[in-house]
Amino acid sequence: ENVDPQRTAFLLRKQWTLYSVTPLYRFSNARLRDYARLLSAFIAAEKQKGLAVEVGVELDIKVAVSSLPDLKGSDQDQAAILVQLSSRSPASPKNSEEKLIWSGWFCCVSGDDLSENVPEDFTCLPLFLANGAESYTSIVGNWFQKTFDCCFRRLAISPLHLSWMAAMWTGCKVDKTACAMELVFSVPRLPQPLDISYAIHPEDAKALWDTVQKTPGEITQEEVDVFMDCLYSHFHRHFKIHLSATKLVKVSTAIASAHCDGIIKFLQSQYLTGVLMLLTELAISRIQ
Amino acid sequence: HLATSLPLPSERDHLRPRIDLIAFMIDIKSKYSLKNVEASLAHVDASFFLGKVCFLVTGVGRVNYCSIEMNAIWKLGEVYCSPVLFCELELEGIRVATAQRLLRMLQICAGHVPGVSALSFSSLMRNSADD
Repeated sequence: ENVDPQRTAFLLRKQWTLYSVTPLYRFSNARLRDYARLLSAFIAAEKQKGLAVEVGVELDIKVAVSSLPDLKGSDQDQAAILVQLSSRSPASPKNSEEKLIWSGWFCCVSGDDLSENVPEDFTCLPLFLANGAESYTSIVGNWFQKTFDCCFRRLAISPLHLSWMAAMWTGCKVDKTACAMELVFSVPRLPQPLDISYAIHPEDAKALWDTVQKTPGEITQEEVDVFMDCLYSHFHRHFKIHLSATKLVKVSTAIASAHCDGIIKFLQSQYLTGVLMLLTELAISRIQ
Repeated sequence: HLATSLPLPSERDHLRPRIDLIAFMIDIKSKYSLKNVEASLAHVDASFFLGKVCFLVTGVGRVNYCSIEMNAIWKLGEVYCSPVLFCELELEGIRVATAQRLLRMLQICAGHVPGVSALSFSSLMRNSADD
């Protein structure tokens, strides 16, 4: 599944907030233009009601809904759906540039577990990623929930899953000089919040992972545990702190960075589908 | 009696009453607590594993804070033939219910319940594994 990097470049290096979405009822790929129109009217109505997002400047919001057919894992997956909100100030000339103020996209990568078990009329797009003001996310989410009888929930990532990501992404080959792998830990039960940041040279991390992983292409929980334990004991040797007693809250590698609050940043287009596959799996397990 | 790890300090051995039940507490948010329990298990006499040991897993209310994989915990219960109890300490109802369960188990282990001994716990576990 080689995704054309040009078409998905705009997804990289942006901070996306993750949601899990239950299957959409009576969603049709053929009606995307209609949905854009209806959503646009909904947003205008919400603004009339006084749920205005920006105080002062009245923004003219344009909605575009399109399909991203490249972002899927298997043929059974639904093509990803992209929703974009752009604004143009009414004061500026008619053909001036529109500014993208919010983006959100639904996707399903290798979501066969879910799509196989869902009745007809339902479309499975369990992962939703949003970038932009929370208020717009809320309005768009509400429209989808009302129109397709689905449910959005913030998708948090547990320390267990974050350590999987750390191990998986360390093993990936990166062309350019990779940036350091960084793990951030939050220390519990202290009067003042304390975060510990542990940066590891990417080559050292990869060398360690290569000695741990037995079968290329396969990862076991045991291998992830050994990898993390090595990192923890190295840290303990130097700082006498047991990182295993803290909460892993963020993982950053050259491939992507993920935060436990459910925030992701994609950094390499060649691994985009791989990361989406993992996130889809998380979203599905949250729904079921 | 509470201890953060085993073995218990030997200085107080002669003052210590008989130990009827050992409940190992594992906080699902802390990988360290699992490692600590695993290390402490090595210091427990084999006779305790005939029903006088149980694992108490806390913090299970929040899925998003999980630092320990469930399989590791099931395996621990299997390997040591001891029951695994789950509770969420922050919820008073569950805390009280769990305390009552532990108390009941303790009564049985101490021989205060006629007709039921600690051995029943391990035999109950073996049966469900055979299914």
